[in-house]
Amino acid sequence: MSFGKFKVFSFSGGIHPRFDGKNLAASEAVKPAPLLEKYVLYLSQNVGKMPKLIVKTGDEVKKGQLVAGADGFVSANLHAPTSGKIGAVKNIPGANGTLTPALEIIADGKDEWGELLPALDWRTADPKVLLERVRACGIVGMGGAAFPSHVKLSPPPEKKIDTLIINGAECEPYLCADHRLMLENPEKVLIGTAICGRILGVKNMLIGVESNKKDAIAKLNEKAAEYGIKVVKLRVRYPQGAEKQLIYALTGRKVPAGGLPMETGCVVQNAGSAAAIADAVCEGKPLIERITTVSGEAVAHPGNYLVRIGTPVAKLIEWAGGEKCKTGKIVLGGPMMGFALHSPEVALSKNSSGVLLFPLKGICQYTSAGCLRCGKCVKVCPMNLIPSILASAVESGKYDLAAQNHIADCMECGSCAYVCPAERPLVQHIRRGKAELRKNKGK
Amino acid sequence: MSETEKTISMPDANALLVSVSPHIHDKTGITEIMLKVMIALTPGLVAGIYYFGWRALWVTLSCMGGCVLAEALWCLLVKKPVWRTLKDCSALVTGMLLGMNLSAGVPLWICLIGSFIAIWIAKQFFGGLGHNPFNPALVARVALLLAFPGIMTTWVPTRFMNEENFSYTFEFFSPEDLEKGLAKKSFDGITCSTPLSIVSTMEKIPGKGHLAADRTSRQDNVQMWTCFIYGDKPGCLGETSGIALILGGLLLLYWRLINWRIPIFYIGTVVVLTGIIRYFAPGYTPSPMFHVFTGGLLLGAIFMATDMVTSPMTSMGCVVFGIGCGVITSCIRIFGNYPEGVSFAILLMNSLVPLIDRFCAKRPFGYVKARRKEEKKSC
Repeated sequence: MSFGKFKVFSFSGGIHPRFDGKNLAASEAVKPAPLLEKYVLYLSQNVGKMPKLIVKTGDEVKKGQLVAGADGFVSANLHAPTSGKIGAVKNIPGANGTLTPALEIIADGKDEWGELLPALDWRTADPKVLLERVRACGIVGMGGAAFPSHVKLSPPPEKKIDTLIINGAECEPYLCADHRLMLENPEKVLIGTAICGRILGVKNMLIGVESNKKDAIAKLNEKAAEYGIKVVKLRVRYPQGAEKQLIYALTGRKVPAGGLPMETGCVVQNAGSAAAIADAVCEGKPLIERITTVSGEAVAHPGNYLVRIGTPVAKLIEWAGGEKCKTGKIVLGGPMMGFALHSPEVALSKNSSGVLLFPLKGICQYTSAGCLRCGKCVKVCPMNLIPSILASAVESGKYDLAAQNHIADCMECGSCAYVCPAERPLVQHIRRGKAELRKNKGK
Repeated sequence: MSETEKTISMPDANALLVSVSPHIHDKTGITEIMLKVMIALTPGLVAGIYYFGWRALWVTLSCMGGCVLAEALWCLLVKKPVWRTLKDCSALVTGMLLGMNLSAGVPLWICLIGSFIAIWIAKQFFGGLGHNPFNPALVARVALLLAFPGIMTTWVPTRFMNEENFSYTFEFFSPEDLEKGLAKKSFDGITCSTPLSIVSTMEKIPGKGHLAADRTSRQDNVQMWTCFIYGDKPGCLGETSGIALILGGLLLLYWRLINWRIPIFYIGTVVVLTGIIRYFAPGYTPSPMFHVFTGGLLLGAIFMATDMVTSPMTSMGCVVFGIGCGVITSCIRIFGNYPEGVSFAILLMNSLVPLIDRFCAKRPFGYVKARRKEEKKSC
């Protein structure tokens, strides 16, 4: 979208909350988290196939040692967050409440690094070597989807990729992990971007940042030119960081329905993943820690922590001073697309960008009231769908009607449910519709 | 360490709510929307009270009370929670709109009948708020108009229509009534006609003069237009004051409660169509501005056609809806026997809303127009 010389980098639809909660933790510097006695690693921390466990109970592991190897191409390696002994390996409830295999690591307190991969000079190393390094270090999309990064960075040769986009939009309310990362470690993000650019052989490298992170944009801009990277200010609008919307905002290209971003010649990586890639290449460190925001109205001291993967949510809450008032909901991830946890004992994964505590008083609860047909959901839908029709079709069991109305294109961003004056659980209905359609397809 | 741990209060896992995302909500609920609509309607109502006296307020209040009563009775009858249904204030809005669509001179039992028609027949029979295909207040108004044509077309003069403003007011009274009023020195209790009903009963001969069309004295003209715009003219109690209604409309636009396309395209279509007719056949219809400011067009276009439940959800649909309303209104006013066409136009278009929404849905993100795709292929 462009109006003469004023270019507006955005998309149509979307929302911006009256209170976006960013100010709770945005000014808090990242604090390193203390070493714990026990970590819980879920095996399934990526989209695609679950990695295969290669250690067993009682084994001694070093920090950064491979504990589960990628099973196939769309899968990611998993490494030990600290040195210690492997405890129980069993199925425990994961973030969404379903049983998922996980292993315990009992820390020995020494926190000793195992043998690290050799550091590479990213400017001279062969792109293939760099790509292999990204794969070996188990890097996934750290914004939420957890799609293995090496898969995105190896598009089929017939697809011409001309643009690399680093997603620093962080459009989810409350979260500021990427904001702090770009502010405190801009160089890492830039190097990671440049590495991705080299792997893809792409000259056009963009970092999209929402304009409410002015300090981070300024920091990135100080060095961006050195690396041949352009930092682009985006309109503050959720879901600006959704892959398709981000590509559209920055390049004006539309990802075809049901298609992948590479079909528009773009590859999108998260800013956190870019920093992890820089670590992997320059220091040989696998992905075992990330920055996570602890925030929400119910938490005593909102802040940002550099935590190891496998840290239980309860520990994070404890570091943040516990709850300020009675908690009604703990959310892992952002408030718009994250999971409501059934227990604070759930552990962080590679894609857990935030832990949010919402007070019990005034908690948001969607009720199944009748649709008003006000059309607000239609106005905000970034995919130009009609959520109210989708939801009522699912409610009355007309899944075919929902499919005709492109239910499959919904990305469940939650904008529709957020604005619905009747507080209808639109996303819930749409998810159920999708699940039913999948079930019917399987038959 | 153990001491500090004790002071930290941790979330109780048993009290956690687990639900599907999103976990926050824009706290604008139905109640807030309805209250805002009522606030936006208030200027129009105040103008009605100012011009027609306290009687206007009683009519509106009886309609609002009647609607709440009807809704409460219905809930008791079908064993729905009464308070939860009343809490959304939609019955109050329906009542307010219905009241503003009546003449200030109607007997109060008419209000009660209208309220029951609106809430029971037009709304609850279809399944309550959100399921009614037609605007309840308009259904009630049209039903009353057809059932009690005499009462519903009995208009009362405003408080300021007296012998002092003779030159302007005389047009609204029949010769006998005018004489009666002049003798009594008061027009209280004397019925009159609305500007549009005078126009519709006049002979439509192209080239021949019209009430608003060819007034000789410029001074008269200015006085008439001031009265029309401020609302000093007979008509429904809520529709008289154009500026008060526009003010309410601006409030609704500011709060983003209505889609601007509906009123703009509705009024625009009426202005264009009547303007064309007037240009080619002056005398056949009064000027476009006369159409905008005299009848129920502003009230209808700003508050009734934009009703969330019964208007299209898509922006393109709103354009189609507005133009459709405008075409039907103009046709009824120019060619029909009814002086007013707004209620019928909106109700007719209401019935087309599902169809409009279906054909005006935006192309989902990432889909290309089928035809363009083919063109590209053939190239």
